[in-house]
Amino acid sequence: MREFGYQRAQDVSDAVALLDADTDARFLAGGTNLVDLMKTGVERPGRLVDIRSLPLDRVESTPDGGLRVGATVTNGDLAAHPEVRRRYPVLAQAVLAGASGQLRTMATLGGNLLQRTRCAYFTDTTLPCNKRRPGSGCPAVRGEHHNHAVLGASDHCVAVHPSDLAVALAALDAVVHYETADGPGDLPLGRFYLPVDDTPHRETALPAGALVTGVTLPPAPVAARSRYRKVRERASYAFAIGSIAAALDVRDGVVRDVRLAYGAVASRPWRARAAERALTGAPADAASFAAAADAELAAARPLPHNGYKVTLMRNLTVAVLTELAEEAAR
Amino acid sequence: MALPTSSVITLNVNGEPRTLPVDHRTTLLDALRERLDLTGTKKGCDHGQCGACTVLLDGRRAVSCLHLAVAAEGREITTVEGLADGGRLHPVQQAFLDLDGYQCGYCTPGQICSAVGVLREHAEGWPSAVTGDLRPEAGPPELTPEEIRERMSGNLCRCGAYNAIVEAVAHAADSTSAAPAADTEEAVA
Amino acid sequence: MTTAVRTGAVGTGHVRVEGRDKVTGAARYAGEIPFAGLAHGWLVLSTVARGRITDIDSEPVLRMPGVLAVLDHRNALPLTTDYVGMLGTAPDPTCAVFQNDRVPHRGWPVALVVAETPEQAREAAEALAVSYTREPHDVGFDADRPDTRPADGHMPAVTDKGDLEAELAAGAVVLEAEYSTPEEHHNPMEPHAATARWEDGRLDVVDSNQGATWVVGELAQLFSLDPASVRVRSEHVGGGFGSKGVRAHQVAAVMAAAVLDRPVRVVLTRRQMFTLAGHRSPTVQRVRLAADADGRLRALDHRSLSRTSTVHEFVEPSAGVARVMYDADAHHTENRVVSLDVPTPTWMRAPGEAPGSFALECALDELAEKAGVDPVLLRLRNEPERGPVSGLPFAGRNLRACFELGARRFDWARRDPRPGRRRDGRWLLGTGTAAASFGAGAAPSTASVTAEADGSFTVRIAAADIGTGARTALTLVAADALDTAPDRVQVRLGDSAFGPAMIAGGSMGTRSWSWAITAAAAALRERLVPGQEIPPDGITVRADTTEAVAALAQKERHSFGAQFAEVAVDVATGEVRVRRMLGVFAAGRIVNPLTARGQFIGGMVWGISMALHEEAVRDPGHGGLVGADLAGYHVAAHADVPRLEAEWIEEPDPDDPAGGIKGIGEIGIVGAAAAIANAVWHATGVRHRALPIRPDRVLAGHDA
Repeated sequence: MREFGYQRAQDVSDAVALLDADTDARFLAGGTNLVDLMKTGVERPGRLVDIRSLPLDRVESTPDGGLRVGATVTNGDLAAHPEVRRRYPVLAQAVLAGASGQLRTMATLGGNLLQRTRCAYFTDTTLPCNKRRPGSGCPAVRGEHHNHAVLGASDHCVAVHPSDLAVALAALDAVVHYETADGPGDLPLGRFYLPVDDTPHRETALPAGALVTGVTLPPAPVAARSRYRKVRERASYAFAIGSIAAALDVRDGVVRDVRLAYGAVASRPWRARAAERALTGAPADAASFAAAADAELAAARPLPHNGYKVTLMRNLTVAVLTELAEEAAR
Repeated sequence: MALPTSSVITLNVNGEPRTLPVDHRTTLLDALRERLDLTGTKKGCDHGQCGACTVLLDGRRAVSCLHLAVAAEGREITTVEGLADGGRLHPVQQAFLDLDGYQCGYCTPGQICSAVGVLREHAEGWPSAVTGDLRPEAGPPELTPEEIRERMSGNLCRCGAYNAIVEAVAHAADSTSAAPAADTEEAVA
Repeated sequence: MTTAVRTGAVGTGHVRVEGRDKVTGAARYAGEIPFAGLAHGWLVLSTVARGRITDIDSEPVLRMPGVLAVLDHRNALPLTTDYVGMLGTAPDPTCAVFQNDRVPHRGWPVALVVAETPEQAREAAEALAVSYTREPHDVGFDADRPDTRPADGHMPAVTDKGDLEAELAAGAVVLEAEYSTPEEHHNPMEPHAATARWEDGRLDVVDSNQGATWVVGELAQLFSLDPASVRVRSEHVGGGFGSKGVRAHQVAAVMAAAVLDRPVRVVLTRRQMFTLAGHRSPTVQRVRLAADADGRLRALDHRSLSRTSTVHEFVEPSAGVARVMYDADAHHTENRVVSLDVPTPTWMRAPGEAPGSFALECALDELAEKAGVDPVLLRLRNEPERGPVSGLPFAGRNLRACFELGARRFDWARRDPRPGRRRDGRWLLGTGTAAASFGAGAAPSTASVTAEADGSFTVRIAAADIGTGARTALTLVAADALDTAPDRVQVRLGDSAFGPAMIAGGSMGTRSWSWAITAAAAALRERLVPGQEIPPDGITVRADTTEAVAALAQKERHSFGAQFAEVAVDVATGEVRVRRMLGVFAAGRIVNPLTARGQFIGGMVWGISMALHEEAVRDPGHGGLVGADLAGYHVAAHADVPRLEAEWIEEPDPDDPAGGIKGIGEIGIVGAAAAIANAVWHATGVRHRALPIRPDRVLAGHDA
């Protein structure tokens, strides 16, 4: 690990100014991803600006009935928050499905959104990786990729985004707020992450040096009946091989509103809009759910060893929506 | 502008201020083990993937391998060495001892600190991934073996002492909930 | 828990004597003992899978802050490798560091950077530029390779009797199947760590190992030293499972300490452990069985292929299981190996038996299905009278009793043999069983017992407590042998100065050490006269079991067990969860029921982990592992492990000079993965012959 300077930001504008003045600087919050990447040599910052004590650690109701969550709210506090559990159970479940208790108490909302892929070729600096060293190649395409992307990937990168939380945020139409030296800005989650294309090293639409300050969850009555299901290679404390965030509103056996997002299948949380379109107004039954999943997964381009994810996501879609529909019918 | 790459910091460890110079690269884990001779906190993977380095920061469990020492200034750090009350073991420690909640002992301090954190989280009504009804109105979930297993899953034990660890945590939960409140607060302070 | 009862300590549960130190953090492991003037070494590993080192650019690194030395093949001390060590094998050249420019696998140690602090050493090691000429590498492991060879390892490569093809042709029921197990890694929670210090021509090493005597022997040979001038200590060891013998980091630390004339510590990172700590080879196993209609075996053919490095031969002897377990008119077992450009594998918990029992016990389950015979009954029908290959009598074979008790406790009789019949919500449920065995050997050891002036006793033995509870078990054994209470006995171990002793390995430690302690205690009691005044430095008697071990009657000596598992499988997601397990074991006299239960169950947890999670994936392109860390290599976590039950059969053996004690470190894993795989078949009707049973494999089995 390279030697580095360390400063605690006094306030948001101080933090942004420090980063603006030094392209070699990084924000440090929970550190659960950044410090790990510094140990593996993927990140070699010359300066860390510690933002953990900034007043961005609150969860507040918005006048329209949504929630605003500060960027340094820890995953532990977020999942425990009564209003999150009451209004957005899918979000609480997604957070609780991630990492471990002792990582969730450290990890923050902002850091979670900006965490890097766990692709093993990305984290091994002795190997080529287009995300880490643009133009060096992607060994995963022909290598070990059974947990890599089936949707939205390119020949340049097939890594998946590791977040659970962001999958729920995608389903909830969250808006990300940030601050730069030039002022504040907003990005809906659907535009926050960039497509892979031939620039896998460019992951988000945030301007250089921007500090994520928080996320707004719009009111979402549909989320009252919502669920996050995660499949992984052990029962806990593992990244997903496939996950789903779903919310369903059924009246008289017909889908009135539905939200669907997939995790661990793409370089970003994958909002399943084709499936949502297919479902809205359709009967809330297994056949509709399967057809909706097929509509979404028609775009899947599996690699030789990850085709199972298409089956998995189809099955998860049917299973979770069926559960929600059955609960609605009770 | 050349920034300093080391600092003199004061860490509050087990109720005592400890002042030391640190290379900014030094993690809290290495500061405890290599600089403060508090070797009870273990290094199992150094990447947040095993939980052996778990300590309590302001009463919340945290992996000390991914926490920079310089960033821990101003926080209350409790390590396994700080749990016992003089000669009297913390109820979690006592339960691990009595119920053989370990084998080689290397993951044990992390398991114990994690368990202390779990008991506080549970007392505050925090749900887990296996909690059926997340609504706050549902009240705190019962601390069943399934709940304990999920909450403790961030602490790997390669000897496979999981059964006895879960029994120890359940036992400690019973004994701390029966004990005077002051004891519980002390336990998580 | 200690009581004033003067006899009968063995067989009564006793908390670990070092338990308080472990729960308070006071117990210090190898990397935690303070040394004045300590320097820190960091190993640099090759990034190519085969080739030669052409240059190591040390100069810039030597100018970095705090850097003291860079050791590599150009300035290393010469080492001797043409010897046979305590365990009867030549050294793995991987541990004889920096002796030439050859790179035989990715992750080979090419240099050690030593600095004042670990942070400086790490940064310098990562900055060290090493140039190579690359040669094409080959890490492709498959059964169809033409370059495999029969290999002995720790047992003969091949055993053969009867006319295999004739019996296979004559069988009413015939099964032929191929099974595979992946590369697996020990991953003890404590990374390998060693601190070396030279003082007045003597070498002192504080180390994390499974046998101080073993490591002393290897270091003395490698550095051409008198073993009496080498001392190795390892008071607390954070797990070993076969991986903690002599390894590159100890040798590098000793070398650096000699060059710098100050103490040097080298600790492996978790990633480095994945290439330098040894591993279990992957296996491909072919099993052919033929039986009469009632399930009695006529033919048994078990052939296993494992993999080793190009610098050292290690054989994972998976086909050895049937030599103990089952007889047949025609009986063929064969262990083969192929040398590839990979790190050298080594012993890992139940070497041979763990993967071998997966193949053989799954094959028997498949045969039972074909024959329409209950899987428990099939095994009982094939209980041999004598060793199937050796013809020797068994010194206790209580497998039948294990199955009978286990079947009763697991409610096996109510099982519907048809697969796919039980469901609980989204989960299909099934149960499975498998048999287990592991050798119960003993090796020569020495021990001393001292009668102290205060009436207490001190036992000294170079045993290792790697989490097995050895320190406590030996306290109980000594207490009974001395006719005193356990709290009057202090056992000191983990120090080569106490004289030669067996390692903690092969389920031989407790049996070997107990024997020596019992002998020393008996001799001491003969020396002590009632009312005798004990001098201030006590009265010490030593014992050496070399002759007694050699005189032990030739018999088939093993532990046995019956494993039962219930699983839940969601075929829509591929998730498999173990719901309950029961292991019933016949493993001699159980010394400490409290810790023994934990050890049996710990082995069964390894079985869960092996069946469902563990797999190191090697990339043919770069020749190394992908995701070599504890996030990429999954071991079972809390949530994967339900409440497990372990029971044991009383198995007294009054004729046994070692007091009827057998080791129990390995038996718990044997058969466990097979019982789980058989339960997955029972739940779903699909056989899984490749481990681990990952979600994608379950999905593939149901994606029709």
